Amino acid sequence: MSEEPVGIVSYGAYVPRYRIAPAEIGAVWGADGEAMGKGLGVFRKSVPAPDEDTITISTEALRQALARGRISPQSIGALYVGSESHPYAVKPTATVVAQAVGATPYLTAADFEFACKAGTAAIQTCMGLVKSRMITYGVAIGSDTSQGAPGDALEYSASAGGAAFIIGRERLLAEINATESFTTDTPDFWRREGQRYPSHGGRFTGEPAFFRHVGECGRRMMERMEMTPKDYRHVVFHQPNGKFPQRIGKTLGFTDEQMRYGLVTPYLGNTYSGAALLGLANVLDHADPGDRVLVVGYGSGAGSDAFDLTVSDRIHQFDRQGPRIQEFLDGGTPLNYALYAKFRGKIHLGGS
Amino acid sequence: MTIARFWRETPQRYNLGGSRCSSCGSAFFPPRAVCPTCPEHRRSLGKMEPLQLSGEGEVYSFTVVHDPAEGFEMQVPYVLALVKTPEGPILTGQVVDVLPAEVHVGLRVQATFRKLREEGKSGVIHYGYKFAVAREEGREPVAPEGESVPEPRREGPRPART
Ligand SMILES: [Zn+2]
Repeated sequence: MSEEPVGIVSYGAYVPRYRIAPAEIGAVWGADGEAMGKGLGVFRKSVPAPDEDTITISTEALRQALARGRISPQSIGALYVGSESHPYAVKPTATVVAQAVGATPYLTAADFEFACKAGTAAIQTCMGLVKSRMITYGVAIGSDTSQGAPGDALEYSASAGGAAFIIGRERLLAEINATESFTTDTPDFWRREGQRYPSHGGRFTGEPAFFRHVGECGRRMMERMEMTPKDYRHVVFHQPNGKFPQRIGKTLGFTDEQMRYGLVTPYLGNTYSGAALLGLANVLDHADPGDRVLVVGYGSGAGSDAFDLTVSDRIHQFDRQGPRIQEFLDGGTPLNYALYAKFRGKIHLGGS
Repeated sequence: MTIARFWRETPQRYNLGGSRCSSCGSAFFPPRAVCPTCPEHRRSLGKMEPLQLSGEGEVYSFTVVHDPAEGFEMQVPYVLALVKTPEGPILTGQVVDVLPAEVHVGLRVQATFRKLREEGKSGVIHYGYKFAVAREEGREPVAPEGESVPEPRREGPRPART
C-alpha cells in the first residue's frame, strides 16, 4: 500500500478500582450467581465510585495516553468520546474531557453514540481526518459506566471502564492497515430516552445480532486483506461477556492463544464502549514488532467495525507509564451488594 | 456556587493551574495576581507566571468526615486532606478509593479527575481534582471475596510465531 500510513500513536486506559463478584449479586436476587457468572464467563466486574462517570473515566484514560506519548494536548485536532452512558443527555462529554486535558479551544469535539461500538466508530472518524491531513492527532475514546436493571442478567456483567487512542500519521505504535464495517437495523438491545435501564431482546442478542455482525465483518476484513486467522498473532472481539467472543473466535478459526490478551471481560465485566478497546490496549501491552492484530467491535442496533493492524518497531520503546491493563485485571477493592447498590445510585433518597 | 463562578475557576479545578512569582519564585494555588511574599506586592504585578502542578503530593494532614456536606451523603465516611505538592502549594482535597484507616500523614497521593458535586438531578455537574493513593504506595489488589474461579491468566510462555 502506497498510501500514507495512519495508526495508533499512543493509548491509555482507566478502570475504576471497585469490583463485585456474580455470587454476591445472585445472593440478593435468590439466584445462583456463581453459576450465572460461569455461564457468562464473567468472574467479577468493575464498579465505578459514586464520583466517577464516563467523563472522569475518559479524562483519566486520555491523560495517560498523552503522558505516555509525550503529546501536547494543544496538538489534538479532534476529540470524540463514544459511550452509551454520557452523563448529560444534552451537553457533550467531549468538551469537559478536552478542557480537563488542556486541549481546548482549537479543536473539534463531539460525542459518539452507537451502543458498544461508538469508540471504534470514533477511531474510524479520526483515521479519515488524519489521512486527509485535516488534523495532526485525533483522539478516540470508548468509555462507559453502564447499568443493568437490578436482578436482570445484564446486572452480572455491566461494568465501567474506558480506553483512549491517539490516532496520527507519525511515530506509530501500530499501523492501521485497513478498516471495515457491517451495519444493519437490528433491534437486539436499546434504551429509550428517559429510561434508567436498557432493554434487550434476550436470546435475540445472539445469533442475528452479535454473531452475524461480528462474523460477517471479521470475514470481510480478512478477505480484503487476503489474510487467514493463522496470520494474526492477536485477535480482539467485542466482549459483552466472556463467552460470546470465545464462540465467534472459534467459529472464525482463531485459537485461545490468539484471544488470550484481547479478552478482558472475564475480569472486568462488560465495559460496553470500552470493551474491545481495553482488549486492544491489553494486546498492545504485550505485543511485539511485526505482530498482526485483528479487532472486531460490535454495537447493538447493530453494527461491527473491524481493524487490521501491524505493530511497529516503536512498541518496545513505548513508555507505558501508569497502570497497565494487567493491573486492572488483577482486581481491586471488593464490594458487597449493599455498597454496590449505594455506589450505583440504586438506593433512592428522600423520595427522589 | 453559581455556574459562572465555578466556570471561571475551571482551569485550576480541572487542570491544577497555579501561579509562580518570577521575582521570588513562590508558588501559589489557586493562582494569584499579586505575590503576597514579595516585600513590595505591587512589584510582582504582571510578573506572576502560570504554573502547572504535577498532581503529585503527600498527605500533610487529614480529617475523616462523618457528617457530610450536601451531595456527599453516599461517600460517608470520607477523607478530606491537606496535600503538600512538590511544587510548594498545599491543596485541600478529598482522598478517594481508600478506607479512612489506610490514610496517614506522608501517604503519597496523585490527583485524579472526579465529579465534585451535582446541582440536583437536573442541574450542572461539577468536576475537578481529588486525590487517589499513588501507585508507588504499591497497594495490592484484593481479589473479591468468595471468588471461586481461576485466577486471572498470568504471563506465561508465548506461542511460537506463525
Ligand atoms: Zn514574589
